[in-house]
Amino acid sequence: MTDPILQIDAVSKRFTRSPGVLLKGLDRLTGRDSSQTVHAVTDVSLSVPRGEVLGIVGESGCGKSTLGRIVSGIYTPSAGKVTLDGDPVARDSRGNVDKLTTRVQMIHQDPFASLNPRMKVGEIIAEGPRIHGLIPAKDVQSKVRALLEQVGLEGAYANRLPHQFSGGQRQRVAIARALAMQPELLVLDEAVASLDVSIQAQVLNLFMDLRKQLDLTALFISHDLSVVRHVCDRVAIMYLGRVVETAPANQLYEKPLHPYTSALFGSVPTLGTGRARFQPIKGEIPSPINPPKGCAFHPRCPLAGPRCRVEVPRVVNASSERSVACHIQDGGTGAENEAAA
Amino acid sequence: MPEVTMENTMVVPSAPPEETRAERLRNFWSDYCQSWVAVLALAVIAVLLFVSFGASLVSPQDPYDMAALDWLDAFLRPGTEGSGGYVHILGTDNAGRDMLSAIFYGLRTSLMIGLSAGALALLVGISVGLTAAYFGGRVEGLLMRIVDLQLSMPAILLALVLVAMLGQGISQIILALVVAQYAYFARTTHGAAKVERGKDYIEAARSTPLPTRRVLFRHLLPNVLPPLIVVATVQVASAIALEATLSFLGVGLPLTEPSLGSLISNGFKYIHSDRYWLSIYPGLALMVTVVAINLVGDQVRTVLDPRNSR
Repeated sequence: MTDPILQIDAVSKRFTRSPGVLLKGLDRLTGRDSSQTVHAVTDVSLSVPRGEVLGIVGESGCGKSTLGRIVSGIYTPSAGKVTLDGDPVARDSRGNVDKLTTRVQMIHQDPFASLNPRMKVGEIIAEGPRIHGLIPAKDVQSKVRALLEQVGLEGAYANRLPHQFSGGQRQRVAIARALAMQPELLVLDEAVASLDVSIQAQVLNLFMDLRKQLDLTALFISHDLSVVRHVCDRVAIMYLGRVVETAPANQLYEKPLHPYTSALFGSVPTLGTGRARFQPIKGEIPSPINPPKGCAFHPRCPLAGPRCRVEVPRVVNASSERSVACHIQDGGTGAENEAAA
Repeated sequence: MPEVTMENTMVVPSAPPEETRAERLRNFWSDYCQSWVAVLALAVIAVLLFVSFGASLVSPQDPYDMAALDWLDAFLRPGTEGSGGYVHILGTDNAGRDMLSAIFYGLRTSLMIGLSAGALALLVGISVGLTAAYFGGRVEGLLMRIVDLQLSMPAILLALVLVAMLGQGISQIILALVVAQYAYFARTTHGAAKVERGKDYIEAARSTPLPTRRVLFRHLLPNVLPPLIVVATVQVASAIALEATLSFLGVGLPLTEPSLGSLISNGFKYIHSDRYWLSIYPGLALMVTVVAINLVGDQVRTVLDPRNSR
């Protein structure tokens, strides 16, 4: 565990929507600021050792996909940096992202959108390695066949177009495309979320097999807690752009430390006898344009105290393997003092 | 791990049978044939292409050859036999030119101008639209505002000003038409490319990473082409009409290299002296051409529209 391949170091990503020319002029006259900033990811630090699958879990809009895109070099962080074995994954040249490495590959959520509808599957898989000279030209055909077979498709499918495949098959093609680049790190962004449950299981099993065979390191982004438990070694829970808890999967599921994590587990419907007793988290996820002061979770937190409303909790190590960002684990919420006074 | 691969292969349902390019083309054709009007329009276009580009083969007279013209044949009514010893089916004009031949040659000029202006405008429009949609930001703002500005003025006005500035001649007219019309292609390309740009396959290509040029031309461009084919047909028709208008207004081509517009313009002078055939027949030819091209474009749009797919 001392050899992190991926280092995410205090990364933040803000999206600023600048107002139009007219509004800008008006702003100058009135002294207002009409630009809106979305704080998609705030001050996230994570490190992933070689061979580990790290799950990133959170509600919709918590910034987990943005984090995945930063790691794959599609976005550049507004602050902080992402390094792979010490080298940055992307460079920012005047606002345009310049991806530096082929060593990180991404698998997208929707296999109906992530494959170019006008290219044959074989071309889709072979394009990247051919351009980057990873495979000698004469071996391209056989390599494509081998990859297709590796992901459980027939080699002869190389001449077909994406629309001739089902969702699960397309996702296999997307996996083959990513593997063709011989990546050291895979980013799976909700890679099974859009598939039927039975197909999800097939694709997940494929991923697990490939992981064993190829010793893959991966960032597994998902909102599905049971899938994450099945697949991941370690899990990071995100809320409103921040990582609130990181822990090995088995420990996290046994004993969540952060109130948000507990709430997440409480909100998963379970099949049981009698009526369902799952508890949704009260309230809506706040707007990332105007996040709450202090701990972002305090408006929905059952344990929140006065300190939570003003002070952003630090990330503290709860044990050698776990860390959590909650005042309860770091000197109390202030509610105790209030009760005493 | 061969057994793992086997297990995974078995549970995957087999893909539907492969559709070859020939089959897709055949499907397209059978869809196209659903409308007999469109088939007729296509046949008309084929005939028009043949008589115009084979004008020297099918027309009874070469209207460019001043020596072949006889002043005595001027203003013959349609169906009269002239000094050449053949019947002028559509009559002759003020110089004794056979109207049928003049229309064939005029059609050739008109189609040539329309097709080359359309093709060039398509190229320019695609470049502008793709650049704007792909790079976004200030580049997009600037390019698309220029396009909006142009679309807000009538194309004919712009073309008129340009021709007046550039002078007469085929290449000047083509240039004027391209400047007046590329905006339609640019906007269509921009709209379609903006949609495709946001899709994951572009992001996947960019994050591989593939060179920008490749993402633009191998991934983005092929996926925005279908709507452009439709716009292209309509724009060719309107380029022909625009050129005719320019020639009719007297800033287009001189009568020595007649286009349909200059023929109409010339004949218009005599319409009050009961010599209707000088302008009516070239006018009909122009109308048939433009309508036929538009009908074909409409049907292509209908067939390519995914909402109509079977």
